[in-house]
Amino acid sequence: MDFVNQLQRKFIDYSSSLHREGIVDDQFTQLRKLEDENSPHFVMEVASLFFEDCEKLINNMAIALEQKQGVDFKQIDECIHQLKGSSSSIGAMRVKNACIAFRSFSDAQNREGCLRCLQQLSHEYSLLKNKLQTLFLLEQQIVAAGGSIPRVH
Amino acid sequence: MVMAASETKFHVLAVDDTLIDRKLIEKLLKTSSYQVTAVDSGTKALEFLGLNNNDHHDVEVNLIITDYCMPGMTGYDLLRKIKESSSFKDIPVVTMSSDNIPSRINRCLEDGAEEFFLKPVQLSDVNKLRPHLMKRRTQTNVNKRKSMDEIVSPDRARARYNELEVK
Repeated sequence: MDFVNQLQRKFIDYSSSLHREGIVDDQFTQLRKLEDENSPHFVMEVASLFFEDCEKLINNMAIALEQKQGVDFKQIDECIHQLKGSSSSIGAMRVKNACIAFRSFSDAQNREGCLRCLQQLSHEYSLLKNKLQTLFLLEQQIVAAGGSIPRVH
Repeated sequence: MVMAASETKFHVLAVDDTLIDRKLIEKLLKTSSYQVTAVDSGTKALEFLGLNNNDHHDVEVNLIITDYCMPGMTGYDLLRKIKESSSFKDIPVVTMSSDNIPSRINRCLEDGAEEFFLKPVQLSDVNKLRPHLMKRRTQTNVNKRKSMDEIVSPDRARARYNELEVK
C-alpha cells in the first residue's frame, strides 16, 4: 500500500510539473476528466494518435522546406493549421504555441525562419512525447501495483 | 425490451476530417449519453443519411455536428445541403471550428446552424445541445399525437369526407 501511495504521489507531482512547465494546459485536464471505467486509457490513446500525426506533419514540412525548385508554403500552412488544431485539442500548449510562431514565418514565406521554427517545433514535440510517455508509464506502474490513478476533480 | 420514447438515446452524427477531433467529439457525446456515429467527410455524412441515393433513409439522426474546415465539402456546404433537403432540413445542425472568424460564425448561424462551437469543444458546449434535441422531440410527439387523434375519431373523418364532397 505504501508503495502504491508513493507512486501515486509521484504521478500527481509529475502531472503538476507538466502543467507548471506549460507542456500541457487545461485542455489536457479536460481530457483526463473524460476518462472513466469505460475508457480508462482514453488520454493515452488520443496521445498516441497525436504523436503519429505530429511526426507525419513534421516530416512533410521538412520535405517541403527542402524542395530546391521552390517551397510550397501553402502546403506548409496546411500542415501548421492541422498541427495547431490537434495540439490544441489534446492540450499540448507549447507545441501549439510553436505552431503559432511558425505560421507567421510561413505567411511571410520566409524559408530560413521556417526551418528554425520547424526545429523548435521538433524540439517541443520530443519534449512532450518524452514527458507524456513517462507519465503514462507511471500510470501503468500504479495499476500494476494494484492502485488506482488519482483522478482530477 | 420495450423502450419508452423518452428513454431512447438521441443519435448524433459527428463529422470531422481529423481523427483526433473525431475521437474527442465522440467521447464527449458518449459521456453525455448520446448515441454517436462519426464520419470523416461531408460526403460520407450525406451517404449515411441516405441523401445521395433516392432511397428513403433508414437511420434516424437527431442532430448533426460538423467541423467547418474540411477538404472537399466544408461544414458550411454540408449545412446548406441539409437545410435545402426536404427530408432533413429539420435536423438541427451545429458547426465547429478551431478558427475564431466572426464572419464565418455569423454566416453559419444565419444559414441555419443552431450553434457554433470553437474548438477544442468542451463538455459545457455539448451540454448546450440538449435543448435543441428536446425541442424537436417534443414537437415530433405533438405531431404524432395529433395525427393519432385524427385516425381514431370516425366523426372527424366523416366530417372531412363531407367537406371534400362539397368541394
